[in-house]
Amino acid sequence: MSEENYSATAEIGALRLRRSRWQRLWISLSKAPPTAWFGFIVVAAYIVVAVAAPYIAPHGESEVFAESYALPSSEHLLGTDQIGRDIYSRLIYGARNTIGLALVTTILAFLIGGCLGLVAAISRNWLDQVLSRAVDVLMAIPALIFALMLLSVFGSSAWSLIGILAVLDSTRVFRLTRSVAVNVVVMDYVEAAKLRGEGLGWIMRREILPNIMAPLIAEFGLRFCFVFLSIAALSFLGVGIQPPTADWGSMVRENASLIQFAQYDFKIAMTPMIPAAAIALLTVAVNFIVDWFLHQTSGLRDE
Amino acid sequence: MNPIITTVCKRLALGLATLVVVSAIIFSSISMMPGDFAQAILGQAATEDTVAAFREELGLDRPAIVRYFEWIKGVAQGDFGTSFSGRAASGVDRSREVVDLIAPRLWNTLFLASVAAVVAVPLALFLGLTTALYRNSAYDRSANAATLTTISTPEFFVAYILILCLSSLWPVFPSLANVDASTGFLDRLYKVALPAMTLTLVIVAHMMRMTRAAIINLLASPYIEMARLSGASQREIILKHALPNAWAPIATVVAFNLAYLVVGVVVVEKVFTYPGVGQLMVDAVTTRDMPVVQACALFFAATYILLNLTADIIGIVTNPRLLHPR
Repeated sequence: MSEENYSATAEIGALRLRRSRWQRLWISLSKAPPTAWFGFIVVAAYIVVAVAAPYIAPHGESEVFAESYALPSSEHLLGTDQIGRDIYSRLIYGARNTIGLALVTTILAFLIGGCLGLVAAISRNWLDQVLSRAVDVLMAIPALIFALMLLSVFGSSAWSLIGILAVLDSTRVFRLTRSVAVNVVVMDYVEAAKLRGEGLGWIMRREILPNIMAPLIAEFGLRFCFVFLSIAALSFLGVGIQPPTADWGSMVRENASLIQFAQYDFKIAMTPMIPAAAIALLTVAVNFIVDWFLHQTSGLRDE
Repeated sequence: MNPIITTVCKRLALGLATLVVVSAIIFSSISMMPGDFAQAILGQAATEDTVAAFREELGLDRPAIVRYFEWIKGVAQGDFGTSFSGRAASGVDRSREVVDLIAPRLWNTLFLASVAAVVAVPLALFLGLTTALYRNSAYDRSANAATLTTISTPEFFVAYILILCLSSLWPVFPSLANVDASTGFLDRLYKVALPAMTLTLVIVAHMMRMTRAAIINLLASPYIEMARLSGASQREIILKHALPNAWAPIATVVAFNLAYLVVGVVVVEKVFTYPGVGQLMVDAVTTRDMPVVQACALFFAATYILLNLTADIIGIVTNPRLLHPR
C-alpha cells in the first residue's frame, strides 16, 4: 500500500465491511446447540403472546361469566375459574403481566446495581466501603423473607413489588458489577482516559461497560429468572400481584384444589398445572440461552 | 496466637455484628410503615382514646433507639410483643403473645427442614461427587439436565406435581400435612413425606450442581495433576489429596443450601398447609401483623446467618494452610 493513499479509517472500514454485526450473530446462532434454539423459540413465543395478548385472548382478563368452574368448551378453551373468569384468556394476559413486571424489575435492578457497582469500582474510596458493607448486610437476609417483610410494610401493590424486588436484587448486581469492573479499572486505557480528563460518566459508559458487558448480559438472564420466580412465588403466596390482574402465580393458588379431582377428570386437574408449567418453561428456556451465551463469550468449548 | 483462633474469632465477631445490624433493620421496618398504622389496624371505627392507648402501648412517643434496645431485651428473654390481630376498634384486646404463636410452629418447621436435610445432604453429596468423577458421561449429562429443570421450576410446581402423582392419582401420601402437638413421630413423618420430598428435590438439585462444580474445580488444580502423574491411584487422589481441601467448599455448599431450605420452607408450608413459621409469616404479611412478621423474619434471618457462619468456620478450621502454618 502506497504511503499517500493510506488512511487508517479506510483500513478499519474495510475490515468492518467484511461481516456486519447481524451476519456474525447469524453465524454464531446457526452454530448454536439445539437447547439454545429451543430457548430462543420459546422466549420468542412468550414475547409474541405477551405483546399481542389483547388480540389473541378471546375474552378480557377480568371478565366474569355466569358459570364458575365451567368445563372446557369451545367458548372457554380451558374452562372458567372459581368466580367464572375464562382461564385461557387469563393465561394469555398472565404472560403479559408476569413477564412485564419481572422485566421492569430486572431492568431497574440493573440500573441501580450496575451504576452503583461501577461508581464503587472506579472510586474505590469511602463510598465503595459504605456501599459494599450495606450490600453485605442486605444480602445477609434471605431475599424472599426480606421481600415478605417489606411487602407487609408497604402493602401489596405492583409498584411496591417492583421497587422492593429491584432494590433487593440490585445488591446481587452490585456485587457482580463491582467485582468484574475492578479488574478493568486498573487497565492502562482507563488510566489514559482519566488523564485525558474524561468524566466519571464517560469512563463508566465508554471505557468499562463495553468490557464487562458479557458477564452482565448473562447475569441479566439469570436475574430475570430469579425475579420471575420470586414474583411467581410471592403471587402464589397471595402477597404479590393482586387480583383481578391475571398472573400465573396466583392462578396456580386459586385453582390448586382442582388437583384433588385428578382421579375423576384428569383434564380438569391439569388447570392449575398449566400456569405453573408456563413459569417453568420460560425459566428453563432462559437458562438454556444463558448457558449457550456463557459458552460463546467465555470461549469455552466442550473439553 | 494460633492463626485459626484469630480467624475464627474475627469471623464470629463479624457474624455477631451482622446479626445486630439485621435485627436493627427488622426492628426499624415497623417505623417505615406509611401513614398512621395504629388507626389502620384498629379500623376506622376506633375512637381517639383507643388509638392513643394503642400508640402508647407501642411506645411510639419514645425515641426509636430506646425502643430498639427494649425490643432486643424482650427478644433475648423470649418476648416478641403482642400480635396486632385480635385488636378491635372498641378497645377490646383479644390479641395473643407472639411467642405463643411462634413456639409450637418453630418445632414443626425445624422438624420438616431436618427431615429434608437428612435425606438431601448425603444424596446430593453422593450425586455431586460421582457426577464430578464421571464427568461428561451419560450419567453426568442426564443428572445435569434433570437438575437444571428442577432448579428452573418454582417450588410450588414441584409440590403440585408430587401431590398429583402421589396423592391424587395414586393415593400413597396425604396432601395436607396437618400435624399438631399430639401427632406421634411416625405419623408425623408420614404426614410430612410430600413436603419433605418437595424440599429434597429442590435442594438436591442445587447442592449437587454446586458440589460438582467445586470438585471439578479442585480436580483441575496443578497439585492433583501432579499426584496423578506421580502414579497415585484414583482412590488415593480423592481421599488423600482432594478431600482435605474439599471440606471448605463442601461445607459452604451444604450450609448455603440449608439456608436456601429455610426460605423454601415458606412456600412449601403454604402448599401443604403445614403449621410452621413460614405459613405464619405469610398469613401475618397478608394481615400486616408487624410484630409477628418481625419475629418470623428475625427467626429466618438468624438461622440463615448462623448457617453461613458455621460454613465459614468449618472452612477455616479444615483449611490445611491454616492447620499447618509454616
